[in-house]
Amino acid sequence: MGERILMKGAEACAEGAIKAGCRFFFGYPITPQNEVAGYMSRRLPEVGGVYLQGESEVASINMVLGAAAAGVRAMTSSSSPGISLMQEGISYMVGCQLPAVIVNFMRGGPGLGGIGPAQSDYLQATKGGGHGDYNLVVLAPSTIQELVDLMKEAFDIADRYRNPVMVLADGIIAQMMEAVEFKYEVDPAALPPKPWAVGGAKGRPKNVIKSLDLVPENLEKYNWMLQEKFKQARANEARYEEYMMEEAEIVLVCFGTVARVAKKSIEEARKQGVKAGLIRPITLWPFPEEPFLKAIPKSKKFLVLEMNAGQMIEDVKLQVCHARPIEFKGKPGGTVFTPSEILELILSLEENK
Amino acid sequence: MNEILYKPLYLRPKSLARVPTHYCPGCHHGIVHRLLAEVIDELGIQEKTVIMAPVGCSVLIYNYFEVDSVECAHGRAPAVATGIKRARPDSVVITYQGDGDLAAIGTAEIVHAATRGERITTIFINNTNFGMTGGQMAPTTLIGQKTETTPYGRSPERNGYPIRVAEMLATLNGPAYIARVAVYNPTQVMRARNSVKKAIQVQVEGKGFGFVEVLSTCPTNWGLKPTEAIKWLEENMIPVYPLGEFVGGSK
Repeated sequence: MGERILMKGAEACAEGAIKAGCRFFFGYPITPQNEVAGYMSRRLPEVGGVYLQGESEVASINMVLGAAAAGVRAMTSSSSPGISLMQEGISYMVGCQLPAVIVNFMRGGPGLGGIGPAQSDYLQATKGGGHGDYNLVVLAPSTIQELVDLMKEAFDIADRYRNPVMVLADGIIAQMMEAVEFKYEVDPAALPPKPWAVGGAKGRPKNVIKSLDLVPENLEKYNWMLQEKFKQARANEARYEEYMMEEAEIVLVCFGTVARVAKKSIEEARKQGVKAGLIRPITLWPFPEEPFLKAIPKSKKFLVLEMNAGQMIEDVKLQVCHARPIEFKGKPGGTVFTPSEILELILSLEENK
Repeated sequence: MNEILYKPLYLRPKSLARVPTHYCPGCHHGIVHRLLAEVIDELGIQEKTVIMAPVGCSVLIYNYFEVDSVECAHGRAPAVATGIKRARPDSVVITYQGDGDLAAIGTAEIVHAATRGERITTIFINNTNFGMTGGQMAPTTLIGQKTETTPYGRSPERNGYPIRVAEMLATLNGPAYIARVAVYNPTQVMRARNSVKKAIQVQVEGKGFGFVEVLSTCPTNWGLKPTEAIKWLEENMIPVYPLGEFVGGSK
């Protein structure tokens, strides 16, 4: 700890998970996240863990479900099409109240789409994803260091709510290399016990992990209990960053890689006397409300930039309502914004504000 | 009085819960549940056992067994079992699945758990149809058999051919024990019990994957009386699904 190591995002994600006490990884190859699995297959046996390549994403997420049911920290990683296949298992994990971490290094869609970086799965990740009434806490890092920091957060939040957590990043974060520092080292044996887990009913009544309830009134009660957890998560887990938001008139709202690029553009705009700033949601669910309440009075316009055709903008609209105009620019195919491109957008808004 | 006279010969296995059954009259699930509970007791593994409930008629299996259990998505029990077993190698993990669950939607999961030699045991109930949803065609439905969705009888041209799961899995190297049994008379019940025991023993001994296919009746969806259903099973299913041990049998 304390040492800075040059690592690829996907590998840093894997090491972060191991240092967060995860010893069980189940996954299936898909670009651009393959280095997570490759790294796990080397490292997990060294630390007494298990790496297992499933026969599909469907099987892999159910292996994660099984390991989570047995009470261990378990995870998988995939990319957009693979995450679609995992939605069944994720819904079951929510229904069974099982904690686990799912990493999605997004690529362009729909269908097979492409392998370029994208933010195409925002709505899928934040509005449920699978069947049933539920949400996942969704963490969206914009640097590799933040990805590493959030891996521990992800496992902690998952255990706190007994609910899966999704780490949502794009292919750039998976593939880029940066110096990172691991600020934590969790001993899995020192984690709090999970008395609800299965593994043999020795000296206790049997544990049953299930989502089925055939009595509608009971299922309704169960659903309200789940909703109470989501309510708690809404109240306690929203995370965001404000960047150069002092007196900001043009408020950019971006997450992940786009936010990182936008910071450069905002710095340049400020140099040119334009009062631009950035709200960067770190949790995409729960979507942070506070920075919008603070920003609206002094703002003139909002600018939402996403590497998709316009998904997070729906949540921004819920915050800003009709208080200010909201402009949008998207990149839905696997291309990335450049700092000068964003600067131009800011300057054009400044002219017409 | 002579104590021997009062020695109980037939008690409810302690792994089997004292609850009313939801299975239809004449259905074989109850017999197989009892055999499994007897074997769990006999091997002394009740406190280590985790049963995977499938989707299908036996979805409520967790109500019938006094052991830990996890209820799985349709067909995914072998993948969930894999996750549990890898995380808790000391546990005894059993999946209990019907033919809709295992031989249709869960084909990939069962084949790959078997070929990995996953140290789990699968009890597979083959009653030639999707029982819980009202008797639709299953991959195991016989040629000519009428079901809810093959009202003119299963035709090879329209619906293809039945899958012989035990034989298919027996081509793989991972399984340590594979058998097909039936429970329609006392002799078959005793053979079935023996196979269930072997399929769990290979797991406990770390030898590999254990699998028992049980030919089972479904009087309700077959539209037959329980006694007629037994006769139908003997006459129609056994020629297509021969009984025996395919891997790890006693020679």
